[in-house]
Amino acid sequence: MGRIQLKQITKSFGNVEVIPPLDLTIEEGEFTVFVGPSGCGKSTLLRLIAGLEDTTSGVIEIDGADATSLAPAKRGLAMVFQSYALYPHMTVRKNIAFPMKMAGMDQAEQDKRIASAAAALNLTDYLDRRPGQLSGGQRQRVAIGRAIVREPSAFLFDEPLSNLDAALRVGMRMEISELHKKLETTMIYVTHDQVEAMTMADKIVVLQAGRIEQVGSPMELYRTPRNRFVAGFIGSPKMNFIEGEEAAKQNAHCIGIRPEHIDVASEGASWSGVVGVSEHLGSDTFFHVHDTGLADTITVRADGEVGITSGDRIYLEPRADMIHRFDDAGLSL
Amino acid sequence: MATQHSRSAARIMMAPAVILLLGWMLVPLMMTLYFSFKKYLPLRGGDLGWVGFENYARFVSSSSFWPAVSATLMIVVGVLLITSILGVLLAILLDQPMWGQGIVRILVIAPFFVMPTVSALVWKNMFMDPVNGLLAHLWKFFGADPVAWLTEVPMGSIIMIVSWQWLPFATLILLTAIQSLDSEQLEASEMDGAPVLARFWYIVLPHLSRALTVVILIQTIFLLSIFAEIFVTTQGAFGTKTLSYLIFQRVLESQNVGLGSAGGVYAIILANIVALFLMRIVGKNLDT
Ligand SMILES: Nc1ncnc2c1ncn2[C@@H]1O[C@H](COP(=O)(O)OP(=O)(O)OP(=O)(O)O)[C@@H](O)[C@H]1O
Ligand SMILES: [Mg+2]
Repeated sequence: MGRIQLKQITKSFGNVEVIPPLDLTIEEGEFTVFVGPSGCGKSTLLRLIAGLEDTTSGVIEIDGADATSLAPAKRGLAMVFQSYALYPHMTVRKNIAFPMKMAGMDQAEQDKRIASAAAALNLTDYLDRRPGQLSGGQRQRVAIGRAIVREPSAFLFDEPLSNLDAALRVGMRMEISELHKKLETTMIYVTHDQVEAMTMADKIVVLQAGRIEQVGSPMELYRTPRNRFVAGFIGSPKMNFIEGEEAAKQNAHCIGIRPEHIDVASEGASWSGVVGVSEHLGSDTFFHVHDTGLADTITVRADGEVGITSGDRIYLEPRADMIHRFDDAGLSL
Repeated sequence: MATQHSRSAARIMMAPAVILLLGWMLVPLMMTLYFSFKKYLPLRGGDLGWVGFENYARFVSSSSFWPAVSATLMIVVGVLLITSILGVLLAILLDQPMWGQGIVRILVIAPFFVMPTVSALVWKNMFMDPVNGLLAHLWKFFGADPVAWLTEVPMGSIIMIVSWQWLPFATLILLTAIQSLDSEQLEASEMDGAPVLARFWYIVLPHLSRALTVVILIQTIFLLSIFAEIFVTTQGAFGTKTLSYLIFQRVLESQNVGLGSAGGVYAIILANIVALFLMRIVGKNLDT
């Protein structure tokens, strides 16, 4: 179970409408990621689903039943907070046991679930510690453990990895994905990191200012963004946007081409410019090319070992079939 | 402060403060000890020589000693109970968003700025007076006989007056503690299915434990030596004579400095026993 439907949901804080009317269906077992820039209403939307905020209008249905005015605990959802929100004075064991204790579950069952959650999350050795004596990654796992033992119909994550360092983030990303494969429970995951969104999601919901810009699988959004905002938001480094004469040639107000779809060519290619900063990642190199006469900078991806350095003149050939065209309202053509 | 050099430098720099404090403490303590072994009656012959432990024996064997100890403890325990329980409730109340919050908070803090002597006088004459007091009028309004508070329930009245003075202190400290509680913890426990009372018991109260400890320890220090409120109201009558009041009587009313000093040493011992108990009970909250 765990099908969540939002019907014409709105949310206002005072006079400020943070979420204009919004419809969204999250299918059972799906890993859905809400992604968007800071302040676009991702957390608010998640908290509406959790029941921590009241909707201003609209209906939330969980598994077909109206849950709009149901108390958070009654919705059968579990949430993992950005700050983990562990109870500092309780041991890891008591933290994980807390929701079961509140539900009045018998001790044997509690112990069984704690043991299996601790084993799954590598927490067995830490059960008698307090949260203050754990590392960030371990705290994160405790928070997930506390969510798992309730066997909720859906998990809600609000930027759970943003307090972790880069290496740990990659590791935890894998763990959460594996958890999803194993449990096959609906998960809603909020992030502003599009790499997390691309790697984890079955379905990405791109939000801007409370509006849904596009919903789709990661590759759908990558290949066929509905508008310029989604095109720019999904993919790293960002898509290059070119306006003016070059766009007019293609019958568009603006054209977009991803760095990985521009090839470094020899003299006589369509575009040329001077290399500014170049970022060497080993496997890839990203050139920021100036003086192309197209846009301020054009970002280009090349192989790691390419022998071009800052200040060199570079010739570029865009792949014609990879060019996205946008009209003057920013919509894809 | 790790190296040998910086440590000795630190010692030298702290020395003036330490010496001053030690002097401040040691001189009166030594004088108390000194006088407690003497027969010293300022108006009746002055220094009459060493008497060994006679003052100590006389002070404990006096019929007022144990009642004074128990009165002291009753006031301390009573005020601690009232101020911590009401303090927690008031702090929760003041933490709720409401209209005129700033003014209400200042009003709640206000009693703490009133001097103990003044507040005791106000309570005695304006509230508890059996003829003209506000409480007497209130009782009469409902057709009941006015209560002569300070003679009929003297201990309760004094505990009430002192609690009124100390409640703002407790509330203030607990309020700042409550405000530092992470709201996500409350939301997490709400999602975990904890109803309001369980949230209070499992989340809010443990979070407040350290602040409560501070409130209890600080109040105990001041309450053990409570004096003005008793001096102004009952003058130690009706079973409200505390240890500090008894010492005052011995020194000033009986003009027996030696006996009073011996009482002072007992008061130090009592304070240490109470402190020991308190540290056992609540002190562990300060560790983590
Ligand atoms: N309690 C509140 N009162 C008033 N405005 C609020 C409140 N909570 C959020 N907002 C506003 O709603 C908007 C969306 O906030 P929200 O926290 O959902 O953003 P977000 O997408 O989660 O951003 P971030 O990525 O920075 O966490 C913001 O403009 C914010 O200022
Ligand atoms: Mg947020």
